[in-house]
Amino acid sequence: MTAAESTAGNVQEIISQVTYLAASVLFMLGLRSLTKPDEARRGMQLAALGMLLAIIGTMLHREILTYTWIVTGLIVGTVVGYPLGKFVPMTAMPQRIAFSHMFGALAATLVGIGEFYHMYQGEQPSNPSASDARFKMAALGFEVLFGALTVSGSFMAFGKLQEFITGKPITFKGQNVLNGLLFLAAVGCFGWLVVEPNNVLAFYAMVGISFAIGFMLVLPIGGADMPVVVSLLNSYAGLAASATGFAIGNNVLIIAGALDGASGFILSIVMSKAMNRSFSNVLFGAFGSAGSAV
Amino acid sequence: MTGFFQLYVFILAGFVGFLVISRVPHLLHTPLMAATNAISGISLVGSIVLAGGQYGKLPTILGAIAVACAMTNVVGGFIITDRMLTMFKRRDDKPSSPADGAS
Repeated sequence: MTAAESTAGNVQEIISQVTYLAASVLFMLGLRSLTKPDEARRGMQLAALGMLLAIIGTMLHREILTYTWIVTGLIVGTVVGYPLGKFVPMTAMPQRIAFSHMFGALAATLVGIGEFYHMYQGEQPSNPSASDARFKMAALGFEVLFGALTVSGSFMAFGKLQEFITGKPITFKGQNVLNGLLFLAAVGCFGWLVVEPNNVLAFYAMVGISFAIGFMLVLPIGGADMPVVVSLLNSYAGLAASATGFAIGNNVLIIAGALDGASGFILSIVMSKAMNRSFSNVLFGAFGSAGSAV
Repeated sequence: MTGFFQLYVFILAGFVGFLVISRVPHLLHTPLMAATNAISGISLVGSIVLAGGQYGKLPTILGAIAVACAMTNVVGGFIITDRMLTMFKRRDDKPSSPADGAS
């Protein structure tokens, strides 16, 4: 690389970082305005502008070499997303949001799997050094854990609200034990991965178990609690995005993900209070509601 | 060390999120949920990196699918928030209606 090329690269990197900084500020301002009825619209526009800047900033990255697939994906996403936003009736709002979560979380999960594949399984595995790999694996672990359980959880929430699946809470004997075992298994795989990051079996087992946990978490929750669940899943999707940021070293992902994670969490607490529902019931699913379910 | 730096960023941003949302009026619960849903589409950034970097065939395909999924989330999320908030404007003259689509 010549001196001129590296200077150009540096300038590009600085522009990209400034764009990210602006995007992060816009997300915060947007979120703040969204809590005030008369400014909410402007807040949404600020957040949308932030998203646009984040996309532009990412496109400027030096690692990005081909744009074909990115542009294809962006076009497909726009074509699918536009009617989903424009023509869904207002009464179907919570399930629409759940459906949308499924897409966002699926993206985070796929990125996690792609990163893992690149690290150890691809044609040219990058095989990072042990300490780097541990840190990255911890981040990737959180990413696919939250991502996968949000995908299946959102799918269940969508199904219950759309009434593919009965809106009544589904409980059965031994549910708590099963959920506890699944949870322990996921944590076990996660721990295993941090100790031995190149363990392919543990990684995919963890993805599978997280999917199962997502189903199990929403199964015992009734339709009336569903908006709170959707908001909680929003929080998980944010945490997954944030973990992606840790894994690939990207601050705008960490910031937007953390904003989303925290605000989704607090919003679900506020919502369950406003609706007079028990938040711990929703958070712990079967653990809280198995006895009191009607 | 970068890991610790990232943790600081995470905690501070999370704290901002907590503070900003804690006093949201009931009326705005659903629009806020839709807007944060759109923001959670930020995983688009990670997807773009995966789809555009030369990581090999499978990661590129996974990345392209992820870009499409995340973009669906972003576009759909913002459009729906906009629709919801426009609806509020019209209902402003009838303050008696709670206008909460979720509950």
